[in-house]
Amino acid sequence: MKIHEFQAKELFQKAGVTVLRHVVARSKEEAAEAYDKLGTAIAVVKAQIHAGGRGKGTIVEIPEQHGVQLVKSREEAAQVAGNLLGNTLVTIQTGAEGKVINQVLIEEGCDIARELYLGIVLDRAVQQPVLMCSTEGGVEIEKVAEETPELIHKEHFDPSYGLQSFQVRKLCQKLGIGGASVRVADRFMKALCRLYVNSDCSLVEINPLVVTTAGDIVALDAKVSFDSNSMYRQKDIAEYRDVSEEEPTEVRAAESGLSYIKLDGNIACLVNGAGLAMSTMDIIKLHGASPANFLDVGGGADKEQVTEAFRILLSDPNVKAVLVNIFGGIARCSTIAKAIVAASQEIGFEIPLVVRLEGTEVEEGRRILEESDVAIITATDLTDAATKVVAAISG
Amino acid sequence: MSILINENTKVICQGITGSAGTFHTRGCRDYGTQMVGGVTPGKGGQEIDGIPVFNTVVDAVAATGANATMIFVPAAFTADAILEAVDAGIEVIAAITEGVPVLDMVRVYEIVRERGVALIGPNCPGLITPGECKIGIMPGYIHNKGSVGVMSRSGTLTYEAVWQTSNEGLGQSTCVGLGGDPIVGTSFIDLLKLYEADEQTESIMMIGEIGGTAEEEAAAYVAEHVTKPVAAFIAGRTAPPGKRMGHAGAIISGGKGTAVEKVNALQAAGIEVAESPADMGAAVVRAIAKKA
Repeated sequence: MKIHEFQAKELFQKAGVTVLRHVVARSKEEAAEAYDKLGTAIAVVKAQIHAGGRGKGTIVEIPEQHGVQLVKSREEAAQVAGNLLGNTLVTIQTGAEGKVINQVLIEEGCDIARELYLGIVLDRAVQQPVLMCSTEGGVEIEKVAEETPELIHKEHFDPSYGLQSFQVRKLCQKLGIGGASVRVADRFMKALCRLYVNSDCSLVEINPLVVTTAGDIVALDAKVSFDSNSMYRQKDIAEYRDVSEEEPTEVRAAESGLSYIKLDGNIACLVNGAGLAMSTMDIIKLHGASPANFLDVGGGADKEQVTEAFRILLSDPNVKAVLVNIFGGIARCSTIAKAIVAASQEIGFEIPLVVRLEGTEVEEGRRILEESDVAIITATDLTDAATKVVAAISG
Repeated sequence: MSILINENTKVICQGITGSAGTFHTRGCRDYGTQMVGGVTPGKGGQEIDGIPVFNTVVDAVAATGANATMIFVPAAFTADAILEAVDAGIEVIAAITEGVPVLDMVRVYEIVRERGVALIGPNCPGLITPGECKIGIMPGYIHNKGSVGVMSRSGTLTYEAVWQTSNEGLGQSTCVGLGGDPIVGTSFIDLLKLYEADEQTESIMMIGEIGGTAEEEAAAYVAEHVTKPVAAFIAGRTAPPGKRMGHAGAIISGGKGTAVEKVNALQAAGIEVAESPADMGAAVVRAIAKKA
């Protein structure tokens, strides 16, 4: 689960991680008031959306306006906020459709001596969280990782014990942080690692992390996301969820326990299991067509879920055919077959439907489909299914 | 022989009184697995289909001599259930439950490793030695006793591979679904060691997917230590890179983790890579022919 920068900074403050003074504004008037309240000559107006690359991103309605801008007066703050609020920001991470800005963050300026990078994430290879730092802050960190990986310094830590002071000293040496700032870094980095563990984060990222001319260490940006599996024990954080930032059909699918990702092809897929769902997409591509979606109905799929899955699939106007590929394990073919029949009666299929069933209760599932009056193209295996569904849209 | 489990394995189910636990305990017993007991705290003394239920794993082990468990308890209690099984001396743990918090698994992983217990999962279909012992949710009938060791990060795609190797007339020695979570108890490399040492296993099918670097690490291990024929498939070769996990996810793998990278690493290690998910069984046949 992702949250906004201003929410992440609220968590930082609670955890004892230094951030600059800031105010959230939802209108031009609020932005002007925020500028006055901060009382600094220079302030920064930042669009709040769930995606990175905001500084370089552009507003669809006003192409010369970027998502982050320095302002030097209350009038300018109001004007920039006006340019951002209600408009759509497109960045390298949003996709071409962009995201609508509903709030902006107005933050005081600061005297930047150096811009660093800091990130905490789970290292799957080591099976532990890792704190990563780099002197190359404020830029695209993926490029640094690819071109000069030696400039990214890593320290793994045990969630039960947290980051240790010697690890901070090692990192400080590599980052060129010395003197009194080492103690500041110690408090800062340990607090972040504690936050990562205590709040069940999946990512904590600060880019840039700023060392001020006074030697203080400040989180200029804040990006935090969470392990969705842990939200049952992170009730306060679950409240931060902003559904308006998510793809509506994906939200709707998730509410029914379906894992759905919309793609831009024209063959809809309904599959059980993520690996088989990805492979079904692969084989459609190998046969020269494109999948309209990724859809995993999961193990416990019942009639209602599968019917909802069909509704979601068929709501995509690009879809020209549906491929159902079920290899029953927990999911039973008979349940899926009944659901197909029920969905057909409720929705009515006007486009070709190719069904491949195998696994638990497959005989029963095939019998149900045969005895129904639903027009189905049956397939015996993956290749057969892909061939038939691609033929159906070309025919 | 086989790996990890065989006809002598005695299995309990943690969470046996839940609907999934009951259903799959029956499925395993009907397959021929020695299902000797179940555990649900507070429900000790009951019976499910004649299988005794205990309050704790220690009680179940003392009464039945169980040495393996399959876990169906809810995600919030899974870490505790795994540690309870470890504490009771269980040797093979299959955690079927999905949705376990990742940081719970970081802590559990360390203890499981220290104690030398084989933890399969979480978020996995379990494992099966065809004709002898099934611990998990896979459909038993698609398996045939044979020579291919099948290991996979994906559940239903494992069934697909198993079915294809059965259709090729090869059958399987032991099939293991590793689980789809960021942290799982057993890796490809752990199983490669076991398959290489197992007499019944004559070839190995590895099913990976995009993300992480487990397949690259396995490829390096195969090149160094595995003499048996190995075939592989990577799911998600055509998945668009749209859904990104933020900067740090990409950094940690140092540019690794894409399908192309994985396929290149596998091929460089002499592994036969299936081009399509329909080609997995045939790829094993090709891998065997290449080594012959």
